[in-house]
Amino acid sequence: MDLNDIRSWYTVVLFVVFIGIWAWAWSSKRKRDFTEAANLPLNEPEFPRTEKMKETEHE
Amino acid sequence: METANTYNYKVVRQFAVMTIVWGIVGMTVGVLIAAQLVWPELNFDTPWLTYSRLRPLHTNAVIFAFGGSALFATSYYVVQRTCQTRLFSDRLAAFTFWGWTLVILLAAVSLPLGITTSKEYAELEWPIDLLIAVVWVSYAVVFFGTIMKRKVKHIYVANWFYGAFILTVAVLHIVNSMALPVSLTKSYSLYPGAIDAMVQWWYGHNAVGFFLTAGFLGMMYYFIPKQAERPVYSYRLSVVHFWALISTYMWAGPHHLHYTALPDWAQSLGMVFSLILLAPSWGGMINGMMTLSGAWHKLRTDPILKFLVVSLSFYGMSTFEGPMMAIKTVNALSHYTDWTIGHVHSGALGWVALVSIGSIYFLIPKLFGKEQMYSVKLIDTHFWIATVGIVLYIVSMWIAGIMQGLMWRAVNDDGTLTYSFVESLKAMYPYYTVRFIGGLLFLSGMFIMAYNAFKTISGATPATQPATQTA
Repeated sequence: MDLNDIRSWYTVVLFVVFIGIWAWAWSSKRKRDFTEAANLPLNEPEFPRTEKMKETEHE
Repeated sequence: METANTYNYKVVRQFAVMTIVWGIVGMTVGVLIAAQLVWPELNFDTPWLTYSRLRPLHTNAVIFAFGGSALFATSYYVVQRTCQTRLFSDRLAAFTFWGWTLVILLAAVSLPLGITTSKEYAELEWPIDLLIAVVWVSYAVVFFGTIMKRKVKHIYVANWFYGAFILTVAVLHIVNSMALPVSLTKSYSLYPGAIDAMVQWWYGHNAVGFFLTAGFLGMMYYFIPKQAERPVYSYRLSVVHFWALISTYMWAGPHHLHYTALPDWAQSLGMVFSLILLAPSWGGMINGMMTLSGAWHKLRTDPILKFLVVSLSFYGMSTFEGPMMAIKTVNALSHYTDWTIGHVHSGALGWVALVSIGSIYFLIPKLFGKEQMYSVKLIDTHFWIATVGIVLYIVSMWIAGIMQGLMWRAVNDDGTLTYSFVESLKAMYPYYTVRFIGGLLFLSGMFIMAYNAFKTISGATPATQPATQTA
């Protein structure tokens, strides 16, 4: 197997990884997390959270 | 007083104000050199006022001083707000501001003196390059340090784009600036011939892809949802958008070297990846646009939203134009003509500048403890004057560029060239004049912005404390 075979396979692997990312992003399991993340800019507190708040508000 | 219980707005304020200042400086130089192309006497026979020395000053000032400040300001603001924590290090953040300012001042002195590596968008000589590397690594530490101490589970998509921009620009800058110094003001690139050209345009095009695109997409993903008061249209599309964009951009650089000594396969590879780039670019643009669905009426009354949304339209337009120009046969006509200049400015003025201006208008009142800008009407005036300026600029450059391309390739029956170069130059007069007027309009918009910002800031108490606590 010469270097060019490795390069070809590497390209194929990257492509599969990309399809994987796509499938992962579209899976219904991600929906709740993504909705949460998407609302981050809209639900910002006016000042930083303290460690204490982090604990009490943790789900 | 600033404590650990507040956000670090000081560094954001500094960069936000300097965005306007450097915008005016960089665009003034741009308007001057545009005028020199119409009236060459305007260099006053002074070496440091010549086009050749001022052009890199213009590009460096608008990209790295104006665009850079906007990116620093918004990334520091967004990363704190969406991670719900204060910046990782106040001192290091302050260092990035003063270090970046020093880089800009050194550029403003060295470039007019004719000190240059002659690498496009990387003209600064090696001592300044070293300073940039140190400042940039500090920036990365502040940014990623803040992400690491975040108080929320998720890393919001805007931070992914900002993070990719910071990381990639570090790699690009360090690799492309590798050089052997022979004196304090002169160095030679480590790479020979065609390899040097390829490294330069790998850097150059990714400077467009990561400095001028990924960073500003970070802005888009935060400020459009904020101003429209609704979450981004599709978060999963934004995830795919991110990975597709960053993995495709890396390969597009060779399209700057069509029909040169670069191997043919590399040219074709660059062309193919440039064409693929259309998909993630438009995916992102559509995602930003659709965020407004159900809120389109806001465009009628909100000039900040107008800036943000029209910037996306120009982004869509120039990311369609770019792949088209990367096709080798189209490039044979467009390359080395003013079409390229028009394309760059539809991206730089239409996308980068408009999205930055919109974001800074959003930030200024919040950073200085005001309800809104001093005059909303003046924001609207700025929007229209800027948009008309951009349209004049790019339309004149399209006509000029295509005319140049056609005149340069025209041959007579006996195989001799139909036109001399000077004849094509003479034909440019009206278009160069219109371009100058377009640039002047855009610059006047920046002065309106400066006045509006000054009126907003003066007399206002800086918003170091959250509004709810000071009440």
